[in-house]
Amino acid sequence: MSEPSATGEIDLHAKQVAKFRLQDKLFHFTTQLFALVVLAALVGILVSLAIEAWPSLKAFGPQFLWTNVWSVPDDEYGALAAIYGTVVTSVLALLIAVPISFGIAFFLTESCPLWLRRPLGTAIELLAGIPSIVYGIWGLFVFAPLFAEYFQPPLQNLLGDVPVIGGWFSGPPIGIGILTASLVLSMMVIPFIASVMRDVFETVPHVLKESAYGLGCTTWEVMRNIVLPYTRVGVIGGIMLGLGRALGETMAVTFVIGNANRIIPSLFAPGTSIASTLANEFGEADPGLHIASLFALGLVLFVITFIVLAISRWLISRSMGSEGL
Amino acid sequence: MSDQATTNSKEAALLVRNLNFFYGDYKGLKNINMDVARNKVTAFIGPSGCGKSTLLRTFNRMYDLYPGQRAEGEILFNGKNLLDRKQDVNLVRAKIGMVFQKPTPFPMTIYENIAFGVRLYERLSKSAMDDRVEWALKKAALWGEVKDKLQQNGLSLSGGQQQRLCIARAVAVKPDVVLLDEPTSALDPISTAKIEELIYELKNEYTIAIVTHNMQQAARISDFTAFMYLGELIEMGDTDQLFLKPKVKQTEDYITGRFG
Amino acid sequence: MIQLYTRRVWANRIGMALSMVAMSLGLIGLMWILWTLFSKGFAALSIDLFTQDTPAPGSEGGGLRNAIVGSGLILLFSMLIATPIGILAGIYLAEYGRVSKFASFTRFMTDIMLSAPSIVIGLFVYALFVATTGGFSGWAGSLALALIAIPVVVRTTENMLKLVPTSLREAAFAVGAPRWQVSLRVTLRAVKSGVVTGVLLAMARITGETAPLLFTALNNQFFSTSMGEPMGNLPVVIYQFALSPYDNWINLAWGGALLIAFLVLAVNIGVRVAFRQKDKR
Repeated sequence: MSEPSATGEIDLHAKQVAKFRLQDKLFHFTTQLFALVVLAALVGILVSLAIEAWPSLKAFGPQFLWTNVWSVPDDEYGALAAIYGTVVTSVLALLIAVPISFGIAFFLTESCPLWLRRPLGTAIELLAGIPSIVYGIWGLFVFAPLFAEYFQPPLQNLLGDVPVIGGWFSGPPIGIGILTASLVLSMMVIPFIASVMRDVFETVPHVLKESAYGLGCTTWEVMRNIVLPYTRVGVIGGIMLGLGRALGETMAVTFVIGNANRIIPSLFAPGTSIASTLANEFGEADPGLHIASLFALGLVLFVITFIVLAISRWLISRSMGSEGL
Repeated sequence: MSDQATTNSKEAALLVRNLNFFYGDYKGLKNINMDVARNKVTAFIGPSGCGKSTLLRTFNRMYDLYPGQRAEGEILFNGKNLLDRKQDVNLVRAKIGMVFQKPTPFPMTIYENIAFGVRLYERLSKSAMDDRVEWALKKAALWGEVKDKLQQNGLSLSGGQQQRLCIARAVAVKPDVVLLDEPTSALDPISTAKIEELIYELKNEYTIAIVTHNMQQAARISDFTAFMYLGELIEMGDTDQLFLKPKVKQTEDYITGRFG
Repeated sequence: MIQLYTRRVWANRIGMALSMVAMSLGLIGLMWILWTLFSKGFAALSIDLFTQDTPAPGSEGGGLRNAIVGSGLILLFSMLIATPIGILAGIYLAEYGRVSKFASFTRFMTDIMLSAPSIVIGLFVYALFVATTGGFSGWAGSLALALIAIPVVVRTTENMLKLVPTSLREAAFAVGAPRWQVSLRVTLRAVKSGVVTGVLLAMARITGETAPLLFTALNNQFFSTSMGEPMGNLPVVIYQFALSPYDNWINLAWGGALLIAFLVLAVNIGVRVAFRQKDKR
């Protein structure tokens, strides 16, 4: 077993140390460079969309946002109908999805038998994994016809004559439209919201829950008075995450919203969303104002979702502990 | 502070002078002065949170990994202050090995676990490396048990074997000092006995510093013992003397089990 | 007192019952979609699906061969782009993320990119690549999908690396190893299977993405393996065929949807089963 000579050893060490230092610097630099790719993509999206949208922004100015016109023959464009459809479908979807997601998360964390927790949790996660185009064609071919036949007429009979909200349910029951899009969209976002809620519910310390049970609280009371207040911030973050998803969803919406580029104040009526307008028109758009206006729509969508997602991530990270900014 | 802590400086491998340690604003070590004797076993005892592990982790600057932790003062090693920023930390660690509380085999074969550290600072031929691996495993009294399965994953060994593998890994790079941070607290009594035997053997060639919760262990295997409390070195001296005739009241209270 | 207690018990029962209803709704949704997929998709399954190309409008027969091969190529290249970038960026976040403000900023932005609207990424690649190189192509499609996959790989890699016990990292530093060796040869190796999982999940995530392919890879009704030209792919074919008036096309769309969903679910379930077995060991 050879002993290296003393001088040789020191020599080798000095060289080796210098080499390691260089390699470590290189390693830091390289990994950082790759991390930069994500940031560059984000900035790139904003900049390139803004550049491409510029002709339209210049022609229509800020009125673009609240003008209810989308006419290819007249070459006049305004985003209001698309923004309206995007916001209405997303908000409706959340109104349906949030209580159900909460119920699922509550069930999975508090009342589900232990042996079922894993399979059921996995099932919900699988629901999140199904590609949105599958939701889309399912909505178009299966859900919409059933909806038109069995749900829309009774809803109309029940609520059609009520003042104010009656108008929301007017129009021919054709199956596709704003409400159908909202329902399909809500099915898509339920698994996302439910998973986040379940994760934040699980951050509640066991001692805290146990001491509440120790006072004689029921499961429901522990949820209402301990778990929910403790995780409020994270729950809101999860809802915002679902909202971000819903706003930008393309395929699940495009198939069932009806693609009418105008605002009809009925939930049964066809409408459009930013994403579905892009999916429908971008491929065949004429260069010039039409394509620039589509880019402007994309920019609007990106900015809205960016803000919603930023708030959501900030809330979730605040509630889950030290991550993020 | 006992005078004995810093008297025999000629035979010391590490000389600690006015060492203070900070976790952010919290002072974890308060003005420590002591020597770690060459080719002897020095044990650090004291209640949880007394700073004994912190002190051990300054010897190889492990705290460097964590922002907000810093040490002030001097730890002289081969005549140089190893706390000096200019001192290369990797080189320090190659010369001062460490074994942790839980066994930490790397996710590679038994052979590679040992060769990994050696390759960092030495260029050896295949046969020289084979020799080195065998030598290190023999030092750690593990050779007989693993010589036929050197290509198996290190994680396939039992807990006690894994810990001896980690000792072999530390020894293989031929360090001057081996730091042991509660190396037996996660092991069963039989594995513990083997490791203790091993430590006794190793001190002929290496300087050993060991942190332990177990006072009997400190009494059994160490030549010198340091008692720490609340970040201070309360008393240090010959192990027999410290356990039989402690000079400081706090040491006596701790040893006799009146607190901690 | 008894009255109050009864009320509390009933409130609890109602809460529990409603949560069970919610859970059932979720499961019914999953079952319903899967059932539809299988019943309609199986009807479309045949050898022709894999050996024939997409048929002309209104004609009978045909399959999805060009779309399957196209999707495979686009996926392959997008993962070849996304995997190294994602893993190295994930290492950066895990290794330097605790210290540097830049790293936590990057992590935050990565989280936003995780859920960014995929159609906008399609627009971006169109503006950046299609418009400047003068045409739709398989490359453009791969690039768009890679941009969606990268954040997934980054975050799973980082999360996996963070699971490595600090003692293992410290032990690697303790033998005097430089940071890059600790990172690549010890910690990354310790979580190899987790990182592979992340890559597979990222692939599953982009397999069904349609929106970003619409303006990048476009579609091609003929068999082609040339990445420089418009390329047939399953999601876009499903989209176009499902919205067509031809029964044969709609039928093929269901077959394609079943293939995609099957692949995605198989990866998701496979990864979970593999991980559970590892947990048990």
